[in-house]
Amino acid sequence: MAFRLRLAPEHTNINFFAYQWAMLVTSCVMILASIALWAVMGLNFGIDFQGGTTIRTESNQPVDVAAYRQAMTGLELGDVAITEVFDPTFDADQFVAQVRIAAQDGSEAVTPETIQLVEDALKTVDPSITFPSVESVGPKVSGELIWSAILAVVGASGAILIYIWLRFEWQYAVGAVAALVHDIIITIGVFALFQIKFDLAIVAALLTILGYSINDTVVIFDRLRENLVKYKTMPLRDVMNLSANETLSRTLMTTGTTLIALIAMLIFGGDVIRGFVFAITFGIVIGTYSSVYIAKNLVLMIGLDRTDKPKKGAPDEYADIDA
Amino acid sequence: MNAMPLWKRVMILVICAWGIVAAAPNLNYTNIERHNDALAAVEAAGGTATADQQADLDLWPNFLPSSLVNLGLDLRGGAHLLAEVKVEDVYKARMDALWPEVRDALRNQRNAVGNVRRMPSPDGTLRVAISEPAGMAAALEAVRALATPVVSLTGVGQNDIDVSAEGLEIVIQLSQAERAATDDRTIQQSLEIVRRRVDEVGTREPTIQRQGSDRILIQVPGIGSAAELKALIGTTAKLTFNPVIGRTTDAGASPGPRNLLLPSMDESGTYYIVEESPVVTGEELVDAQPAFDQNNRPAVNFRFNPQGARKFGDYTAANIGAPFAIVLDSEVISAPVIQSHIPGGSGIITGSFSVEESTELAVLLRAGALPAELTFLEERTVGPELGQDSIDAGQTAALIAMAAVVFFMIACYGLFGVFATVALGINVALLFGALSTIGGTLTLPGIAGIVLTIGMAVDANVLVFERIREELRNARTPGRAIQLGYEKAMSAIIDANITTFITATVLFAVGSGPVRGFAITLGIGIITSVFTALFVTRVLVEIWVGWRRPKTIIV
Repeated sequence: MAFRLRLAPEHTNINFFAYQWAMLVTSCVMILASIALWAVMGLNFGIDFQGGTTIRTESNQPVDVAAYRQAMTGLELGDVAITEVFDPTFDADQFVAQVRIAAQDGSEAVTPETIQLVEDALKTVDPSITFPSVESVGPKVSGELIWSAILAVVGASGAILIYIWLRFEWQYAVGAVAALVHDIIITIGVFALFQIKFDLAIVAALLTILGYSINDTVVIFDRLRENLVKYKTMPLRDVMNLSANETLSRTLMTTGTTLIALIAMLIFGGDVIRGFVFAITFGIVIGTYSSVYIAKNLVLMIGLDRTDKPKKGAPDEYADIDA
Repeated sequence: MNAMPLWKRVMILVICAWGIVAAAPNLNYTNIERHNDALAAVEAAGGTATADQQADLDLWPNFLPSSLVNLGLDLRGGAHLLAEVKVEDVYKARMDALWPEVRDALRNQRNAVGNVRRMPSPDGTLRVAISEPAGMAAALEAVRALATPVVSLTGVGQNDIDVSAEGLEIVIQLSQAERAATDDRTIQQSLEIVRRRVDEVGTREPTIQRQGSDRILIQVPGIGSAAELKALIGTTAKLTFNPVIGRTTDAGASPGPRNLLLPSMDESGTYYIVEESPVVTGEELVDAQPAFDQNNRPAVNFRFNPQGARKFGDYTAANIGAPFAIVLDSEVISAPVIQSHIPGGSGIITGSFSVEESTELAVLLRAGALPAELTFLEERTVGPELGQDSIDAGQTAALIAMAAVVFFMIACYGLFGVFATVALGINVALLFGALSTIGGTLTLPGIAGIVLTIGMAVDANVLVFERIREELRNARTPGRAIQLGYEKAMSAIIDANITTFITATVLFAVGSGPVRGFAITLGIGIITSVFTALFVTRVLVEIWVGWRRPKTIIV
């Protein structure tokens, strides 16, 4: 027999409900911790959501944050944050920093004059400095972007809820969407914990996580639906375990290939989208976990109506009894 | 095993071949882009190519497909601006223009209404006081006679102005319907003017579109910075010819009601007091060209339309010997004395211009003035080097991801993994082919979307292969197992991908710029990966089974 790499043995019989309460508690704790982190530490909102200006600087001289700050103190720009950016894809003499200026009172986008002042000030510190990207978002737009982001996540979850409800049953829809909410809250919690910049791209990442997590959940649900027809008398819990075991090899395989691709992007994709790729990568791990442990378990807790529902118009042996 | 009918196989192969052909130009991106640019330039110039253009044209044969994926600003470098049009500016201009008409109308009723005075009022409202309370009804009637019906679909039957009385004052403002119609016109006009100004600079494929009710999104690839772009489109270029009342060196001088104190462009410290209502405005210009005056200094020649020419002619005839000011964006360019009646409606603007300035002024005058001021809500500049770095990083990541996934698939599924690999290659080709054909924009998150697609594309194959394995375990014949594998995996594949597609659609609808680019690649990626998994891999498997007729297969 030819050699085949197996991520899961041919026949697994894992009891996915063995630790269901522990898993449920873990998930609840993670969700509460995420919300707490979110409330206490806050999210490191990017200018998309907070307004302000970011200037990316690049130079062949090492970044001297103190000198940069010193150069800009006289400009009265309010809150200025300077961070050096490190990345394995940079050349040996490539030094990058990010200067973040808070939204100025009473003005929409920062004026080009202000940006020019900042650029001139930084040039006095380091004449070889260049500014590969300058972005400025006014408070008006950032307020709207927050709303459209929330709308996107809620809208997508709602659409998924309805689709699953139509294709399966409402219990599945509830389980699937609860798992999605779980994934999203915990991912945001991680962003709060590590204070990773949270901008519009991260919202796109959250939606991708929604898509991926639901993909995984649907595959298990689909098998469950099939097995429920096949094994009419088997207890629901066992049918679920059987379905999860049967799809385990696929779950690991797909998560594996996706993670490999994403990790390649995480390492070699450059610093500009690292936060974005990190969000997706983390979300896929948590999404796989929630598909196997959360979505299905919630369906079990709600319970499914397994009586054979007579199809409308179809002859049914019980149909005449009351008549 | 029920093999697919021949026509289906042929169609699948045709689609794959199309994908590869359509995607191929992207491999030679720089040269084909130069070819396309040259082609466009030659067409614009009327079919004659310069030597340089001919050299660029020769970089790629005309008969081959040359559609390329558009690179987003974050990859190509360029500037992005979101501007809000201050539509209220137009209300004020409309009211100021209405004042002389109201004045004349009321003067005709002088006996009934008495003296007429314009009162101070907020922008967008015109307040006119009359001295005879008894004449109010007649005054209102006279002013209302100036109203015209609104020209719009929703405002049918309404007049453009609301006229009411408050004590001894008549209050005039634009009606709701007229405001809506005016707003729409203002935005359309602003869009058109911005487009003309950006086109004059001649950069490649700028995006200029309306967003929401009063915003304009402007994306110009290849421009140095957002500040440069703002300077180009943010200049109002409002040209007016105003009667001059006086000249002063006192910056704090009070110009008097309905007059303006404007600085001189050339002589610093000199100010002109001019009447607020212009004689003619730049809107009545039909042409402006850079030129030289009799002293061989750069100047701008202009010509009015017949209406403007008549007004200008009448005014110059009546005011020989008086100075008038040529005002551009609230600065007096020059204030020549009218030497004689100027009937032809053409003239020359002189001042201390450089040749570049006179050319730019001519461009701005030709393009017309922005009807209202633009406020910039969002601006982003990305340098071309950063974009190139991102492309390189994305390419490396995509290639490594591809290699790893291929290795993984072949290690897990052997020959079937090879089939999946071929399908993956075709998948990426189809993705690029589709993006090029629909003119989709590739952004940095879009590249991440492609990498994600590479990782997830094998999912449908995995579902099928796992299913075939299961069927084989139930001791089916190879052909039967393959068929059942595809049939049973179908519902999971469809449901799983439709839900993902829903999120891509929401992203596309709500997102903008780079995020939208991500939604496009993700969405197309879902379609192509389902297609390749369900059809391409299947054709390959069926051809192989038909050819080798294996007694047993190992998946």
